[in-house]
Amino acid sequence: MSVTQRGVGPPQASGPPGPAPPPSSDVSRSSASTRGAGTTAVRLDEVCKVYGKGRSSLLALDKVSMAVEPGEFVCLIGASGCGKSTMLSLVAGLDTATSGEVSTGGKRVTLMFQEPALFPWLTSSRNVELALRARGVPKQERRARATELLQTVHLGGFGSKRPHELSGGMRQRVALARALAQDADVLLMDEPFGALDAMTRDLLHEELERICAERELTVLFVTHNVREAARLGDRVIVLSSRPGRVIEEIPVDIERPRRMDSPEIAELGAHMTDRLRQEMASHGR
Amino acid sequence: MAAETSLDPLSGLDNLELAPQPGRDFLRRGVSSKTLGSIWPKLLAIVLALGVWELVYLSGFKSAIIFPGPATVLANLWGQMQHALLWQAIGTTLQRAVVGFGLALIIGSVVGALVSRIKPLRAAVGSLITGLQTMPSIAWFPFAIIFFGLNTSAILFVIVLGAAPSIANGLIAGVDYTPPLLLRAGKTMGLRGLPLYRHLILPASLPTFVAGLKQGWAFAWRSLMAGELLVIIAGTSSIGVLLSTDQQQADMPSAMAIMIVILVLGIAVDALFGTIDRNIRRRRGLEESAAGS
Repeated sequence: MSVTQRGVGPPQASGPPGPAPPPSSDVSRSSASTRGAGTTAVRLDEVCKVYGKGRSSLLALDKVSMAVEPGEFVCLIGASGCGKSTMLSLVAGLDTATSGEVSTGGKRVTLMFQEPALFPWLTSSRNVELALRARGVPKQERRARATELLQTVHLGGFGSKRPHELSGGMRQRVALARALAQDADVLLMDEPFGALDAMTRDLLHEELERICAERELTVLFVTHNVREAARLGDRVIVLSSRPGRVIEEIPVDIERPRRMDSPEIAELGAHMTDRLRQEMASHGR
Repeated sequence: MAAETSLDPLSGLDNLELAPQPGRDFLRRGVSSKTLGSIWPKLLAIVLALGVWELVYLSGFKSAIIFPGPATVLANLWGQMQHALLWQAIGTTLQRAVVGFGLALIIGSVVGALVSRIKPLRAAVGSLITGLQTMPSIAWFPFAIIFFGLNTSAILFVIVLGAAPSIANGLIAGVDYTPPLLLRAGKTMGLRGLPLYRHLILPASLPTFVAGLKQGWAFAWRSLMAGELLVIIAGTSSIGVLLSTDQQQADMPSAMAIMIVILVLGIAVDALFGTIDRNIRRRRGLEESAAGS
């Protein structure tokens, strides 16, 4: 079964940092139901989020329950106003739920945005070093670790460049290196490739897939692109809009490596598009 | 490296995206012509001003003693530049400017930092700072002269009151306008409390802070000139003293020569802040917006 191996190439051929994914069969991630409960990386239980008070209040999330298993790559998809970003903020601890429970089981969580959100006054290496510093990595180790992380995203030679000297895709990879520097177990991504052209995005999908496999990261990936969700996810969760609710969970049983333009991905994407159109139609008139 | 071959498309794309750099090359090559380009309008402006001045002088609506032409004034300035008195005066005045502005910098930064960090303090003092900024600094002189006497302290006091509010406001505005996305990124990284200020909020507010310094300098320089005209200290020469002496002796060419000195000094320091500002912008890749001007 090729489901166990998510990298594009054989694991030993990839960069030096990070352990190779264990070959044992228990890393099969094609379906969440194959794993036991209790080891969940991210769990939302009947989570509601209300913004504002009284008449002008807005119900953003309505009793959302979901779970992401360790090492699983879950894509969240939905139309505008489905509360995707709200969900990530709750999981990242930047916001608190109005009711219900959000748990990450003490795992370290980090968040990546659509914009790279790099600090423009620091070089890319310093940007990564700052994340290392924030979690208490000793000074003498930081530079070497940052270089290593930039090599992981294939930007080894660009440590001294400032963000504005890099292309959009390269900036987003520095942001990924910075996220990896936080040594999180769970990577939350809020449409990270939404602003990139299709070519760059395709290549970054491969990169992300490789890095997540190497580091056994759990990923919760928000996107509005159905094919991107089918391309990347072990599972896709479809959300309704205003308020956000889970309306469908789709396990993606397509063998990796996958291609955005393959017929299987297109078919699955079309299914999601139909589902989302129904949802949007229910908000018409 | 074995990995190299499988990554070809990505690094190839990087090279494609970075290699030509048409915009950047153009900017870099254009630096010398750009400085030239920014100098000639200034020269033209000076020539125009001198021309208008000369025309008014030639029209003869005032006598040459009351309103001398550029030639007389520039010759007078050249003459004064041969004497140590002018340079001593400039030295005294610039020393006061540096000390006064330095004090304003320290006080303004401390007040700005406290006000931006402590909410009740902002409610109490925030609008007061803006109020102080709008108050003409010359209105402080009677108070300062009675309080400190006719000495340098009175002048420095008014410089600080003139410049510190702008500096404080610059810092406060900078802190307020730290991009929310960067704040979220910083918090995700685990930056909290003092490190959050040190590594994120302060560097993010630097451009606005420098703009505040620039404005603070303009206020400081005005306050200093007003102070030197009002607070004449016996036995010291300063630019203000020279100007005031010229007025008493109805020596218009000398007075106008000193005014040119004041103008040039003010512009020179302003240009210094401008350079700092441009450097910060260039380092952050914000230069394009500046090039539009």
